[in-house]
Amino acid sequence: MTALLELHDLVKTYGSGEAETRVLRGLSLRLDTGELAALLGPSGSGKSTLLTILGTLMQPTSGSHTMLGVDLTAADDRALTDFRNRHIGFVFQFHNLLPDFTALENVIFPTAVREGRETAAARARGRDLLTRMGLADRVDFPSTNLSGGQKQRVAVARALMNSPELVLADEPTGNLDRASATQVMELIGQINRDEGTTFLISTHDEKIAATCRRQIVVGDGLVTG
Amino acid sequence: MLYAIKIATRYLWSSKAQTALLVFGVALGVFIFIFMSALIGGLAEYILDNTVGDISHVTIEAEADDPAVLMPQPAVGYLLTAVEKANARQAVLRDAEAFIPLIEALPEVIAVSPQINGAGFMTRGSLVSQVSINGVEPGKESVIIGLDGYLTSGTVRLGTGLVVIGKRLAEDLSLSVGNTIRLDASTGVSSVLTVAGIYEIGQGGFDRATAYVSLATARTLFQIPQGVTRIEIKLTDLYASDAVATRIVALTGLDAVSWTAEGQQLLDALQAQAQTGLILKSFAMVTIVIGVASSLLLSTYRRRPEIGIMRAMGASRLFVVFVFVSQGALVGVLGALAGAGIGYLALLGFPARDALKPGSLPIDIAQGAFGLAILLTSIVSVLASILPARSAARLDPVTAIGQ
Repeated sequence: MTALLELHDLVKTYGSGEAETRVLRGLSLRLDTGELAALLGPSGSGKSTLLTILGTLMQPTSGSHTMLGVDLTAADDRALTDFRNRHIGFVFQFHNLLPDFTALENVIFPTAVREGRETAAARARGRDLLTRMGLADRVDFPSTNLSGGQKQRVAVARALMNSPELVLADEPTGNLDRASATQVMELIGQINRDEGTTFLISTHDEKIAATCRRQIVVGDGLVTG
Repeated sequence: MLYAIKIATRYLWSSKAQTALLVFGVALGVFIFIFMSALIGGLAEYILDNTVGDISHVTIEAEADDPAVLMPQPAVGYLLTAVEKANARQAVLRDAEAFIPLIEALPEVIAVSPQINGAGFMTRGSLVSQVSINGVEPGKESVIIGLDGYLTSGTVRLGTGLVVIGKRLAEDLSLSVGNTIRLDASTGVSSVLTVAGIYEIGQGGFDRATAYVSLATARTLFQIPQGVTRIEIKLTDLYASDAVATRIVALTGLDAVSWTAEGQQLLDALQAQAQTGLILKSFAMVTIVIGVASSLLLSTYRRRPEIGIMRAMGASRLFVVFVFVSQGALVGVLGALAGAGIGYLALLGFPARDALKPGSLPIDIAQGAFGLAILLTSIVSVLASILPARSAARLDPVTAIGQ
């Protein structure tokens, strides 16, 4: 297996002086291409901070973060934004779709924002992804008119739009009923198997974690298991 | 960029009532800008038409050539003298007529009117009035002051033995067209003339004390067989008068004076009026800036989570700036076009300058500065949106998504 990303001695602190809080305390982690991993740990353990740094939305205080051989700790905001757009997909707990857009418009956003317009090719891929998510009949629905499970499947399709190597999912089933949660996890598993996309799923749910081939446990700012 | 405009349009469309209110606010500012431009411009034109419009724009007068004072220097002590100028002395431009074709050939010149002016008394029976006598060439009676337009009876066409007088003068001397009067010039020469026409300009002093005779009659009255006392020149652009006067001086060596030399107060008043208009128009623009900026600030605050999502999906800071600047630009252009449309329709209701009645507003739709209003509003709206857009682009996506 080849390494997709590697973290070495990652430290993240918030605040300064007496108010300084060290959330990550020298965390190291390697994630290989094609992994389906669950990120477990109690609240405040540093899971969300880790996901945010992996998603290049935040820089660590110290330590190294490389992905696809690129040293991301040295990159500026513009380079990180471009890297994020091309190589990383996100699925949030509350789906976070753009409310004034249709399901298809939400899905093709990552491509459209990169190319500066909505191309026919992007629309075709967006329709294809929505069909794979079982939403062929909801393509042109306003995102606000979709159910919670449908919204989360649209969010998964959006995360996959630019064929990223890594998808970071923060409690993707946390806001869904059991049936919808199972459906979303089955889709994630299928994409992982079919396309080799690496998934790192942050969850509190042991059952969801059990569907992943690897479980990474974070505690007190370090990988503990 | 196109995609940013699409998102901006979608955002505006999704809040129709708020957008409509904002566009209306901008349109109102543009309407005020256009209305003030048309009013201030129209008022200036009206004032100029009714003052400078009927006067000579450049005037050439003979320089008084008073004789030298010949006084013997006393051998001892000092000699105190006081010299009084001879008022009766008439300065004459003897060779001026030779220069008239040169002046007429200047592109800015509409008309040239050589004149002989002087003072005199008009007598009818026992009634006497002091008058200013203007001798003008027949056919050029209306080239400087539009006498034709002020005629109340008779004709302005001058000829031998004819005089055209103001209405007040006619009333003072109980005259009507066809009556005969005696005109005594300051030189002591008298002439009996028939009233050919009566005009009313509306300026009491002028209507009461100015009489027009033919240049030939004036030559007789003032004993000037050759030359004229004054040349009045009308221009296409009255603001070019200073330059034209300078050019005439260079061409002819005559003492040409622009109307601005004696009309400084009027110019100052017009300038003050223009500045008042500028201030009011600036207020309208400031209102637009505040309206657009505050509305976009609210919009960016309301859309913080969406901005966070966009950034997480790979939208650059510049893209976020484009989205909100595009909103400002769209609001500005829509408001400007709507305001210009409303302004145009509203100004159509005012009479044109030619059909202006006393007491009505002298609004000139042609001076509405529609293009400038649209351009300025669009630019100002874009500028007003930059600050909110930059603040949106600087949002931390992690914090924004969490809200």
